[in-house]
Amino acid sequence: MGWTNQEMARYVASLFPSYSSVNLGIGLPSLVAEEIPTEKSIMIHSENGVLGVMGRPTKEAVSATLINAGKETISIKKGASFFDSSLSFGMIRGGHIDYCVLGAMEVDSEGSLANWMIPGKKLTGMGGAMDLVNGAKSVIIMMSHFTKNGERKLLKETKLPLTGKSVVQEVITNLGHFRPINGKFQIIELAPGVTEADCLLPD
Amino acid sequence: MTNSPKVYKNATDAVGDILSGSTIMSGGFGLCGIPENSIEAIAKLKIRDLKVISNNIGNSGRGLVLWLQKNMISHAFCSYVGGNPDLEEQINKKLVEVELIPQGTFSERIRAAGLGIRAFYTPTGYGTLIAEGKEEKSFDRPCILEHALHADFAIIKAQKGDPYGNLWFKETARNFSPLMAMAAKTTIVEVEEMVELGEIEPENIHLPGLFVQRIYQGENYKNDIEFLKLEGEL
Repeated sequence: MGWTNQEMARYVASLFPSYSSVNLGIGLPSLVAEEIPTEKSIMIHSENGVLGVMGRPTKEAVSATLINAGKETISIKKGASFFDSSLSFGMIRGGHIDYCVLGAMEVDSEGSLANWMIPGKKLTGMGGAMDLVNGAKSVIIMMSHFTKNGERKLLKETKLPLTGKSVVQEVITNLGHFRPINGKFQIIELAPGVTEADCLLPD
Repeated sequence: MTNSPKVYKNATDAVGDILSGSTIMSGGFGLCGIPENSIEAIAKLKIRDLKVISNNIGNSGRGLVLWLQKNMISHAFCSYVGGNPDLEEQINKKLVEVELIPQGTFSERIRAAGLGIRAFYTPTGYGTLIAEGKEEKSFDRPCILEHALHADFAIIKAQKGDPYGNLWFKETARNFSPLMAMAAKTTIVEVEEMVELGEIEPENIHLPGLFVQRIYQGENYKNDIEFLKLEGEL
């Protein structure tokens, strides 16, 4: 029942029109890169200062100075460009990046997002997440529908410290595609074999 | 410019007057583009209570972690500390006070300092813990006021530089470095290749030397890779 991680990634990739610009978060969202068809000519942005990420380098092409925001080695495609962090976040904050795809701990039906901090747990920092959710034209959340303990992640109101208030446009989980609108999660599509009851959406 | 007053012999020579209590910006994203020689030379100085502005304050036991291990840092301004267990430990033991800043706000506060902007309104962080105690104002959407972030010293690394301090950065090693160079009273640059004046074409200068006070030829670069991922790997 439901989508595999790869099927979720393929679904997210299908939302991007040709020639759009996309920022992919670390973890689950990074799988989306593999599912974007080359002929769509999509430019992948990484906030550490590159537009036009292609994928992994060959052994011969590895460069210590060519990395993504996850600090992993990458390669770039023709037409790519490098820039400093201020310009990179200016692209985000200025609304020039069409989509960002991020993981989440909680999303609520007002479109508020929590994905950077659990009080009392290990501190990691928000990195670029707060800038991305307030800047990208469309914010897509890609995550498992429930926690490992089976708890809800789509809520009426988030409990964890927020990353952004009313910023999320689309939520893709292993159970389907949901849209927070007018204080409710609207079902856009359910994964094969999934029913509305399975999703335990808040009222 | 062969006798440029900006050119220093080596790292030890260039960082020798940094005192305890200084605010220091250090370039690099994770370990990519970090000023390796200046970090090591400063670690040898008998100074403490440093206020350090750097995206990650080192990572995986390397880079600025050298200063953490010697208890030289009292305040850390950064956006991400995941992958830096030494910093987490010092924060938990209350040896280091940390200010976490959204990465775009972090880079813009540094750029603002360099370019004479005292403060700016941004939507980033509105409605979150980051907004606590900050002035709010609504434009097309609600925003919070963020102030410029200055430093006494910036230590950065470039791939190429000339005796005036004109710099050229390689690939994604540029990140925060040119911004920090503008925001500090004294900017100390180390380069992998010191070139003649005019060798970097004017159109290709990423940072004009105006912003650089000291420059030296670095050595023994490790250029560590944090996560090596090759073709075919996820």
